[in-house]
Amino acid sequence: MKLKLKALAAAAALAFAAGAAHAQISGNVVKIGVLNDQSSLYADLSGQGSVVAAKMAIEDFKAKDKGLNVEVIFADHQNKADVGSQIANKWYDTDGVDVIVDTPNSAVALAVNQITKDKKKAFLVSGAATSDLTGKACSPNTIHWTYDTWMLANGTGNAIVKTGGNTWFFLTADYAFGHALERDTEAAVLKAGGKVLGKVRAPLNTQDFSSFLLQAQTSKAKIIGLANAGGDTVNSIKQASEFGIVKGGQNLAGLLVFITDVHGLGLDKAQGLIFTETFYWDLNDQTRAFTKRFAAANGGKYPSMVQAGVYSAVLHYLKAVAALKSDDGTAVIAKMKEMPTDDPLFGKGSVRADGRKIHPAYLVEVKKPSESKGPYDYYKIRATIPANEAFRPIGEGECPLVKK
Amino acid sequence: MSEIFGVPTQALFSQLLIGLINGSFYALLSLGLAVIFGLLNIINFTHGAQYMMGAFCAYFLLNKFGLGYWWALVIVPLAVGFTGVVIERLMLSRLYKLDHLYGLLLTFGLALIIEGSFRHQFGSAGMPYSMPESLTGGTNLGFMFLPKYRAWVIIASLAICLGTWFLIERTKLGALLRAATENPSMVQAFGVNVPRMITLTYGFGVGLAALAGVFAAPIYQVSPQMGSSLIIVVFAVVVIGGMGSIMGAILTGFGLGVIEGLTKVFYPEASNTVIFVIMAIVLMIRPQGLFGQR
Amino acid sequence: MTDHTDAITTAHDEAWEARYQRTAFLVMMAILIVLPAVVYPVFLMKALCFALFACAFNLLIGFGGLLSFGHAMFLGMAGYLSAQSAKVWGFPTELAILTGMGAATVLGFFAGLLAIRRQGIYFAMITLALAQMVFFFCLQAPFTGGEDGIQAVPRGKILGIIDLTSNTVMYYFVLAIFTAGFLLIHRIIHSPYGQVLKAIRDNEARAISLGYRTERFKLAAFVLSAALAGLAGATKAIVFQLASLTDVHWSMSGEVVLMTLLGGLGTVFGPVVGAFVIASMEHYLSELGAWVTIAQGIIFVVCVLAFRRGIMGEIEAWLRSRRKS
Repeated sequence: MKLKLKALAAAAALAFAAGAAHAQISGNVVKIGVLNDQSSLYADLSGQGSVVAAKMAIEDFKAKDKGLNVEVIFADHQNKADVGSQIANKWYDTDGVDVIVDTPNSAVALAVNQITKDKKKAFLVSGAATSDLTGKACSPNTIHWTYDTWMLANGTGNAIVKTGGNTWFFLTADYAFGHALERDTEAAVLKAGGKVLGKVRAPLNTQDFSSFLLQAQTSKAKIIGLANAGGDTVNSIKQASEFGIVKGGQNLAGLLVFITDVHGLGLDKAQGLIFTETFYWDLNDQTRAFTKRFAAANGGKYPSMVQAGVYSAVLHYLKAVAALKSDDGTAVIAKMKEMPTDDPLFGKGSVRADGRKIHPAYLVEVKKPSESKGPYDYYKIRATIPANEAFRPIGEGECPLVKK
Repeated sequence: MSEIFGVPTQALFSQLLIGLINGSFYALLSLGLAVIFGLLNIINFTHGAQYMMGAFCAYFLLNKFGLGYWWALVIVPLAVGFTGVVIERLMLSRLYKLDHLYGLLLTFGLALIIEGSFRHQFGSAGMPYSMPESLTGGTNLGFMFLPKYRAWVIIASLAICLGTWFLIERTKLGALLRAATENPSMVQAFGVNVPRMITLTYGFGVGLAALAGVFAAPIYQVSPQMGSSLIIVVFAVVVIGGMGSIMGAILTGFGLGVIEGLTKVFYPEASNTVIFVIMAIVLMIRPQGLFGQR
Repeated sequence: MTDHTDAITTAHDEAWEARYQRTAFLVMMAILIVLPAVVYPVFLMKALCFALFACAFNLLIGFGGLLSFGHAMFLGMAGYLSAQSAKVWGFPTELAILTGMGAATVLGFFAGLLAIRRQGIYFAMITLALAQMVFFFCLQAPFTGGEDGIQAVPRGKILGIIDLTSNTVMYYFVLAIFTAGFLLIHRIIHSPYGQVLKAIRDNEARAISLGYRTERFKLAAFVLSAALAGLAGATKAIVFQLASLTDVHWSMSGEVVLMTLLGGLGTVFGPVVGAFVIASMEHYLSELGAWVTIAQGIIFVVCVLAFRRGIMGEIEAWLRSRRKS
């Protein structure tokens, strides 16, 4: 009798030990929450497309074969920091979400960044721009993917000056994001040997830019830098075309432009626009293959760099989870920094100690209508910025995680 | 190059002209609002959404039916005006006996429904609408390059504004309308179908908003939120002008466009607020507005 | 604006009303105390802050007869000051909330001075214009952080001892604040001042002829409403640990109108009910994005056309009619 009991106890102990290894994946499910804008300004460049991208990453990772249960849920933060933070809190507290991804809109991203840090989960930012996420607000639980304001400012500013655009005039949206973009780009332009001939600030959500564009025209600067985003960028580009600015020899530099904006404008208005992105569907065979699958699942719409970033981030995340056999936020983020990244969309790259994901950036110019062979065939690649130059040097960010 | 207050004269004149162009949008939109409020005592919060519908309608006419800009100018106000008629018949007419604020709330709710539906259906990035061939390009006026289309907008809206003013203030039909608002039972006793006049007037005001939308489509991005960005400013314009005064709305619309243009030159960061500051001041000193009578 | 056919009340009627109010209050408190056991506390706190906001708004429209279309300026401004004082100036939590409330009160005084001189539509338009100016100020002022807002606001401790990081503890703190505000409003409504206010709402000319300085009464109502809206906003900033532009945007002004209208203009409990319904709707529809806006619009339209008394208005009317039978 006693022997049997001992045997039973031993068997039970073994079973528990085996179970304990699985129990490191909380709730036996890796739950991914896609938090972004599903209904307004950023819905096209993130929205449902990001959910599609996340699902594709899970598929391509072959999670099932590796014994991992992965689920995806999504929610609309409506570009409101309080809505976003409420969803994040609920997801972490009661819904068992292990990682939040995407989150365009810097205000929401900063809020979720703080919450993730407090609750020791994981946060993979693809949509938001603020470089503070790897600077003052850096956290051991957050990785900033895809792009940021420093990269945009430096990539675009630097590269444009080097290709001949050395006099600038800024048209800036009068709010923190616009100011930051203008400040960073101006610094990059001056550093590269260019000159800033003037700047004008327009209130956010201005409908009519004619007076500001007129001032830009009179300055005769070679490049008009649009330090704005979303509807403001689209409006200023459209009206610039009307006033014959590009035909008159000046070029517009969009500091935050996505392929969805170009699609909405039409090549007729957007031609000649120069800006930086870190992904374009037509770069190589791998990106093209991905895009074909993505478009089929996303109503024919091609991926923006934000959505591509979600794919890349989720893929790398799952690799780290599988390697660690755990979905503990802090541990997985640390593992993601350890492992080099490699995916069909961004190629080879890495994640730095401050949480900044590094990959090459591309200076693109929008084609003329005659040069385009079909929808979404919009870009000419003017230059490639190597990964180690595209992002802010790790020491300059004031991130407390970085040891000097 | 001479300068006034540190701004080159050339730049000043060009900004004034731009201000006039913006003013024509303000005037056109506040005209519709003034017609509706002046004659029907309804605050039409849906005006912005109807302006947006006008722009979208123009987009559809072009992309689904191949009907271009000039067709749109005629068809769109009629189509959207018709939806206005439906709204008035089904919903607004029930509220006339109540406090006017209920009309405000109803139209506010309708604006939310319309904008939300369009946003749900079309997203927010906006649709491209190309400028009609005959109006592309422009002339060099010496101090600036004036796109043909913008010149067209000024002239067309001036014509429409003055035409509407004439219709309401100087014709028999207009007199009948004004009488009907002041004393509906009396006018009805004379055999005039007052409810129908009211319905058609609302439809007319809505049609004006939609027309402004067609004017806007080639130069502003056709997006679901184009109306809500504009509508609050237009309210301020109408209040400053005098909520019932047609001429007041026209003059204030153009005038405020010019003032806003000047502000953009001297102190751009305030160009959004200047109209509201003026509105607050006017309401303090002369509550009925610059041209209103009450 | 509120459909009040206040017939002459007897002592019986008044006793019944008092009993009804007391019972309803106790029921409400009982529900609110127990609710966090089944519903996510952070959501409840949001609903409570909005409920206080709506009650403050209702004070002005339901009892003062003044529809303000710019109430967001008080909610948002208080939130910014509360966040700023808690995070940057290091105030203890209670002091930070009071600072926010104070800011809203001052703003309410100056806004009120400008707005009170007009009535009806014009009053609504002035409040809208003033709120827009506050919005643009908040957009550009450096301390507000513009589009980013003020983030990472500390929750702090009550009296320096009780830590507010736990959502449950924070909830009861917010509930206490809400109850205090609610009772204050109740007191105001049923005081002699409140009676005069209602008289002014129903017939201002007569009130003037009776010798009342109606301007002063209306201004006082405006400032009180602003102060309590500020209390709601200041508390909300601490709960969510952030203050953002959403709270000063004109759509927030529209939302509080919606909550009060749906719940029942001029009723005591209506705004609370309305706030909870709207907050729930936003929460549960949040995955459907634009549908939230559409749903809000539909509720507005339906309420205005067919349901003007609002939820509590209908319930109270039904209870009163039952009593008569």
